[in-house]
Amino acid sequence: MMNEMHLVAQVTESEPIRKGFGRGLLQAGHNDENVVAACADLTESTQMHLFAEAFPERFIEIGVAEQNLVTVGAGLAAMGKVPFVSSYAAFNPGRNWEQIRTTIALNNQPVKIIGSHAGLYTGADGATHQMLEDLALMRALPNMVVLAPGDSVEAAKATLAMAKDKRPNYMRLAREATPIITTEHSPFQIGRAYVFRDGKHISLISTGTMTAAALEASMLLAKDGVQAEVVHVPTIKPIDHAVILESAERTRHVVTVEEGQINGGLGGAVAELLGENLPTTMLRVGMNDRFGESGKPEELLKHFGLTPRHIAMAAHSLLMDHSGHKH
Amino acid sequence: MAKNQKTYSISDLQKKANAIRMDIIKMLEKAGSGHSAGPLGLADIFTALYFRILKHDPENPDWEERDILVLSNGHCVPVRYAAMANAGYFSRKELMTLRQFGSRLQGHPERQRLPGLETTSGPLGSGLSQAVGMALALRMDKQQHRWVYVVMGDGEQDEGNIWEAAMLAGKYKLNNIIAITDRNNIQIDGPTETVMPLENLKDKWEAFGWHVLEIDGNDIEAVIDACQMAKAIVERPVMIIAHTIPGKGIDFMEYDFHWHGAAPNHEQAVKALKELRTLGGKIRSEHE
Repeated sequence: MMNEMHLVAQVTESEPIRKGFGRGLLQAGHNDENVVAACADLTESTQMHLFAEAFPERFIEIGVAEQNLVTVGAGLAAMGKVPFVSSYAAFNPGRNWEQIRTTIALNNQPVKIIGSHAGLYTGADGATHQMLEDLALMRALPNMVVLAPGDSVEAAKATLAMAKDKRPNYMRLAREATPIITTEHSPFQIGRAYVFRDGKHISLISTGTMTAAALEASMLLAKDGVQAEVVHVPTIKPIDHAVILESAERTRHVVTVEEGQINGGLGGAVAELLGENLPTTMLRVGMNDRFGESGKPEELLKHFGLTPRHIAMAAHSLLMDHSGHKH
Repeated sequence: MAKNQKTYSISDLQKKANAIRMDIIKMLEKAGSGHSAGPLGLADIFTALYFRILKHDPENPDWEERDILVLSNGHCVPVRYAAMANAGYFSRKELMTLRQFGSRLQGHPERQRLPGLETTSGPLGSGLSQAVGMALALRMDKQQHRWVYVVMGDGEQDEGNIWEAAMLAGKYKLNNIIAITDRNNIQIDGPTETVMPLENLKDKWEAFGWHVLEIDGNDIEAVIDACQMAKAIVERPVMIIAHTIPGKGIDFMEYDFHWHGAAPNHEQAVKALKELRTLGGKIRSEHE
């Protein structure tokens, strides 16, 4: 791993990404009195309770009304507030996308939309709650910044960055504990991608919870003599052209990895970028045009092909098919 | 009222409303598309708002002490554009660019295109909730002397988003919101009570925790009085159900839902303007 990324030497701890958001929001509340928050009846689930307890006069309980959640947010932003509005990603932005489009994106108000419990890590709740389309939905909106932090430590930094960003933002969070891979010293800036591990044979380009899996996959590949580069993309939009193109140019083989629909998600974004600038052999690992189902996260990740082993297999097959790479 | 603006008499305001109606007809004819009935019906309310009720400054649309006016039913924006131009926000000549490429006067209002609009609207049902967010922000900032007005359609109250906002305003007793429903009883597919019955509308709003006033929305004096009365209601938000005549002022448009989403052609515009110029035949010398 590259030292300047200040990653953990070895993964020993895990924590839900949403917890980092809760801490970050509390800090953002202390930093700026214009930061306010609203939630649709999921205050503790989305970790907004820390803020709500510290700043009750700046917290609004909306009730189970996600259309209202984001439009009230647009009104707060219109008066100079920096509103964070949270619910589960299945409803926010799943249910209220048109309101987001008109009153936040087109209206260009700096509302901070938080979609928690995204992806397969939502587990037993099943397909209705496993939001897999949020990145595609939000990435299609002009003016919108789309974030998917890789762990709880990065989520706290992303939250603080959002509070300072003047644009509409969406951030995806996960429910279950996932490995902590970065440290307080790891860099984070909206719009930047980071090379978490250097390699020359293939690029594993990942986002959110899947970056930890991609790092693990790179270790499996190393045992087989394949040097995989791991590029972490916590900002899906605007996507970091330079870092992704440089990596693809170096390795000439790209596997994208995400815990969501590959159509329109990170896989779509990278395919668009490479297709127009540097056509590169690639494979997209993620949900391929299907819904999830109930189960433990590890069962689901295995069933849908999102484990480090699956990622490594995808890398091998791409190298076999397209480069005659022998190992 | 506007900063440094004179006080208009009721008869002055009625003349303003008539001038705004004439501008609406001219704009829509030039544009070749758009909504006629709603804007004409709302002309008296917008005249009252821009020339008497609102604290605003056409020279400085972002004035920090201004009242906020949210137009929820964005398709009625021609009346807002006409009122703004007559109030001095921009030249009346610009009204003729409505809906054209490059114009600041988009078919549905876009905040970022034209200073003074406050929100972007058109997709129905989202104005009240933005007004609620604004009212909450003003309360947090202890700016209770500023008011948030929101003009809503009646047909758009089919939207669930409206009732989500109604509940929240009731919960927080947002007395700094004054909502006005343009109760003209028509929507695109026909009369509101056929398409999706709204009655009893007064009972509905009261049940959501609002104080409700009912007025003739084409009576400028009644609109002004109701807004004054609304400011005195300190314990809850106020909904003014303003009964208006769709297409008001033009005989062949009044009450006809077909004019909801249509613009007059040249011949119809000439006829409409003649009617407005003679105040429906009251000025006999110009009639005929």
